[in-house]
Amino acid sequence: MSGFWAMGDYAAYVWPAYGISAAGLLIAAALVLRAHARAKAALARLGAKP
Amino acid sequence: MLRYANPARFMTLSGTLVPWLGGIALVALAAGLYLSFAAPPDYQQGDTVRVMFIHVPAAWTAMMVYGLMALASLIGLVQRHPLADVAAKSAAPLGALFTALGLITGSLWGRPMWGTWWVWDGRLTSFLLLLFLYLGYIALWNAIEDETRAARAAAILALVGAVNLPIIEFSVDWWTTLHQGESILRKGGPLIASVYLWPLGLMALGYTLLFFTLWLLRIRTEIMTRRARSLMLAGEA
Repeated sequence: MSGFWAMGDYAAYVWPAYGISAAGLLIAAALVLRAHARAKAALARLGAKP
Repeated sequence: MLRYANPARFMTLSGTLVPWLGGIALVALAAGLYLSFAAPPDYQQGDTVRVMFIHVPAAWTAMMVYGLMALASLIGLVQRHPLADVAAKSAAPLGALFTALGLITGSLWGRPMWGTWWVWDGRLTSFLLLLFLYLGYIALWNAIEDETRAARAAAILALVGAVNLPIIEFSVDWWTTLHQGESILRKGGPLIASVYLWPLGLMALGYTLLFFTLWLLRIRTEIMTRRARSLMLAGEA
């Protein structure tokens, strides 16, 4: 590894920090959106508007 | 403010706000991410300075969320407004996530710069306590079946735990610590160069707006779930 990806020999710290943050935020967003869509669908099945 | 605390009004308003907040959050995060890696390595910290652009926004957001959760809890306790309880409850898992991200990125920054993953000093310990407050708050909600009683107990915990916020804030002044002091929101202006201030500011904006987007969505989900439940109960009766 060289240049950009080496992060001046700090790759082992910089990339996991970004990776874990991105994964955490993306998973949270996906779960929140899925729960919202499910609740909306459940209400629609009952014939009510959200 | 309380005019919008009516669930029907809240659903209309939040439905309009969510796409905008989410959209601006994504733009801010994309621009912030680009600038985070376009910035030159710091002359002392090298490339580890890039961890700051995700560590500081996570930690700021974690504390802001707790403040909002405590405020909503207070309104729930005093005004007995159910929407306030829902707002507080919906904020907690998001706050716990930002706190965990603050701790993990801090640890990954501390190892190369301080030579240790962790130290039991004032700032780190009080921030770990913030995570436990969030987890305790969530556990309390889950432990009490009656929703009104759960909301009251959780609100009291949230308010007592709010004492921790100024402790986190001033811990770097009160006690000896490896953690640096306030270098951005200080009297006399920020201590860091604008080439680092821009990515930091954009990421902070992105994290904050992402939280508000997810928070509104979680409140909406809870309102819709409760409505569906009461409709089903009414149908059975």
